[in-house]
Amino acid sequence: MKAFARLLDRLSFSPQRNVKLTLLEDYLRHAPDPERGRALASLTGELVFDEAKPAMIRKAIEARLDPMLFALSYDFVGDLAETVALAWPAEHRPGKVWSAEGAERFSVRPCDQQKSHGANAEPELPEVVDTLRSASRREVPQLLERWLDALDTDGRWALLKLLTGGLRVGVSARLAKQALANLGGVEVAEIEELWHGQRPPYEDLFAWLEKRGEKPSADAPARFRPVMLAQALDEAEDFPKLDPADYAAEWKWDGIRVQAVNEGGQRRLYSRTGDDIGKSFPDVLQALNFEGALDGELLILRDGHIGGFGELQQRLNRKTASADLIAKFPAGIRAYDLLLDGEEDVRRLSFAERRKRLEAFVARLHSTHIDLSPLQPFADWEELRRLRAQPPKGDAERAEGLMLKRWDSIYEAGRPKGPWFKWKRDPHLVDAVLMYAQRGHGKRSGFYSDYTFGVWRADENGDEVLTPVGKAYFGFTNEELLKLDKFVRDNTVERFGPVRAVRAVKDFGLVLEIAFEGLQRSTRHKSGVAMRFPRVNRIRWDKPAREADTLSELEKILVQEGS
Amino acid sequence: MPNFTELLCPDEAGLYCPPGGFHIDPVRVVERAVITHGHGDHARTGHGAVLATRETLAIMASRYGADFAGTSEEARYGQAVKRGGVEVTLVPAGHILGSAQVVLKWKGLTIVVSGDYKRRRDPTCAPFEPIACDVFVSEATFGLPVFRHPDDGGEVAKLLQSLRQFPERTHLIGAYALGKAQRLLALLREAGYGETIYIHGAMQNLNALYESFGVALGTTAPATTDRRANRHDRLEGRIVIAPPSATQDRWSRRFAEPLLGFASGWMRVRARARQQGVELPLILSDHGDWDELTGTIAEIKPQELWVTHGSEEALLRWSSLNGVTAKALELVGYEDEET
Repeated sequence: MKAFARLLDRLSFSPQRNVKLTLLEDYLRHAPDPERGRALASLTGELVFDEAKPAMIRKAIEARLDPMLFALSYDFVGDLAETVALAWPAEHRPGKVWSAEGAERFSVRPCDQQKSHGANAEPELPEVVDTLRSASRREVPQLLERWLDALDTDGRWALLKLLTGGLRVGVSARLAKQALANLGGVEVAEIEELWHGQRPPYEDLFAWLEKRGEKPSADAPARFRPVMLAQALDEAEDFPKLDPADYAAEWKWDGIRVQAVNEGGQRRLYSRTGDDIGKSFPDVLQALNFEGALDGELLILRDGHIGGFGELQQRLNRKTASADLIAKFPAGIRAYDLLLDGEEDVRRLSFAERRKRLEAFVARLHSTHIDLSPLQPFADWEELRRLRAQPPKGDAERAEGLMLKRWDSIYEAGRPKGPWFKWKRDPHLVDAVLMYAQRGHGKRSGFYSDYTFGVWRADENGDEVLTPVGKAYFGFTNEELLKLDKFVRDNTVERFGPVRAVRAVKDFGLVLEIAFEGLQRSTRHKSGVAMRFPRVNRIRWDKPAREADTLSELEKILVQEGS
Repeated sequence: MPNFTELLCPDEAGLYCPPGGFHIDPVRVVERAVITHGHGDHARTGHGAVLATRETLAIMASRYGADFAGTSEEARYGQAVKRGGVEVTLVPAGHILGSAQVVLKWKGLTIVVSGDYKRRRDPTCAPFEPIACDVFVSEATFGLPVFRHPDDGGEVAKLLQSLRQFPERTHLIGAYALGKAQRLLALLREAGYGETIYIHGAMQNLNALYESFGVALGTTAPATTDRRANRHDRLEGRIVIAPPSATQDRWSRRFAEPLLGFASGWMRVRARARQQGVELPLILSDHGDWDELTGTIAEIKPQELWVTHGSEEALLRWSSLNGVTAKALELVGYEDEET
């Protein structure tokens, strides 16, 4: 448990993706089987416990620690699991009265002494997992207490995170798979393809990655097939080289990419990285009345029309979906490719051929939950450019842009250069005022590189005040970063830890032109809106703060997007 | 027996001993002061006469110049001196080099002012000695049950593991310039780390002072490099120790993708570490944790416990649960050097 606990600890303090990858890879390289497999399962969400409810944890600590001391502690720390991990008074602490050489005895921590005195051995991760699996609900509190006694602080923290479900250390299943790929020097697509045939603790998988064994078979029923991705189109670079006759165009839908599989009655709905998201979408699973594998976009679908991304978000990242929620936000798939037609793997066929099969496949379904992503006919790139700027009325207005697919392209995993392009609509732009800046990490350590910006809004007295609408941390060059950092330092009005509030009033402030992909209503933000992919497009050193945009101007985009 | 407060009582300058005519760690300029240790909030400049250990006097001279007080007198650990009718003895507190508890004996009364202290082993200073007394005056910097400092060795191992994992990054560790920095150096050497350790300019004098008192710190060098140097010369894969404020500032940009660590007892609480943008929290404190504080009180068994500064509320609660008479002195002016 120690190594796993230390890994979680380090991960939780490391915001950078590459750092997390190094930590994960290093752990997976050094931890023994089956511990690392169990750890991997918990990190990728294959292993979910929610046995220990906060009330149970609270009860456990209150039986051990004076309620007032607990209250003072909780008040200081602010997080229940962490408070318990820290304040848990393990039994059999060394005697309260020490000998004269007290200082000597304190060269080791009390908990370590306790162990050498024959208390319970620290439980290892596989033991915790296996025991919990077979334990009844009634037994969990006793197990919890016993383990809390035997573990040290970091171990207790890791245990409580594991037991309450959701490690929340900023590691996605995708990232964990990338770490596995790095460990074995293989492509992450290879891991994704065989992932669903593997079960914890993944000993065969590790054996293969460490060149000690055969590659495990990917041949699991209803397995995930790695998806084909598109390159971003560079108009100036690419168009002169491309012949419009070679390409089909279709709208780029603003949902999430999914793969829907039904093989021999086994139904699965996968995200584009191979995470099984079927549990959140029972309505979609029920509609998979076919034999095959579809590639398409998961969207809110009502009477053949799509909803906005904000509506889809009501359904994402939920473990289950209530009947109410499903009725209010019915989900469906807009299909754009076919990987498996019946039992036949069609990935080696051309896009033109797959498209014909897809049209027939979807037509046979007669489903309100699955429809076809239509092709958009066009004569030349100019016409397509016009369509992209001014999409026809209807669903296309909600599209993120266009997709171009070569008629003769086979379906290949990864992001090959040439066969598929995405051509996004131009981003929305807003002029906002810099309000807060936060220090970055790694190469940006010592620089204020994360910027919170706001727009003007009338408060209850009718005064114009700034309200934060987003946060951006890229889109500027290193030279610009130096200038931004200097501006922040020269104009700080308040500090909160690593965050500085900068001077931002009508007569003084820095205007940032922010580019973003879309806007959603949000109850979590004071302004009531949340941006997608905001970044700094330009720094408007020239523009007075009073001329920055207002919240009502920003809200017009909500109306445009119909969300 | 006289009242305890006849021997020691708080006044506007701090703790005052009326029969001895001196203050202990006064926060204002006074005529006569006994100083427990060299941290700035305890050892101020400008007093008329100062009594302290040789190490503490040297630290004060190094920080404030030779004329930091009108006169100064060196007290040896364990050797009593008379002040008025009061017998004053300094005994080790285990906090930093030269740190001392002040033992006051007068008319059959014994009061121990512990200053700042810790109970675990520290290679840079003499260990705390528990002294039986009527009144024990304790700090409570980490006086909450959530503060249980882990084993030092584990924290140093965490740093060494990170150096192995991220050999391309400078490991920039914030540590208070007096005490913590030298302890971290000494602990790294004990763990077998033999490389040159780079230090911020603000620490050089204090390091030299520690070494002059026989505390070996190994090879150190000034952390001089700049952003324009090539990567190799920007101390990649090296340990740099600097005062916490410097690690947070432009100064840190000269290093190779610095990985920011901070050696402090406050790092025990995750939100505190995160607020400061720390990637590698090292829980290393020169103050006793909850177990050390409560264990010390239980060991000494004073008639009364007086709590000077920190989280006194929890410690008072613990005292009442454990049958110890306790009160908070609510002294002001002591900062916490680990912040």
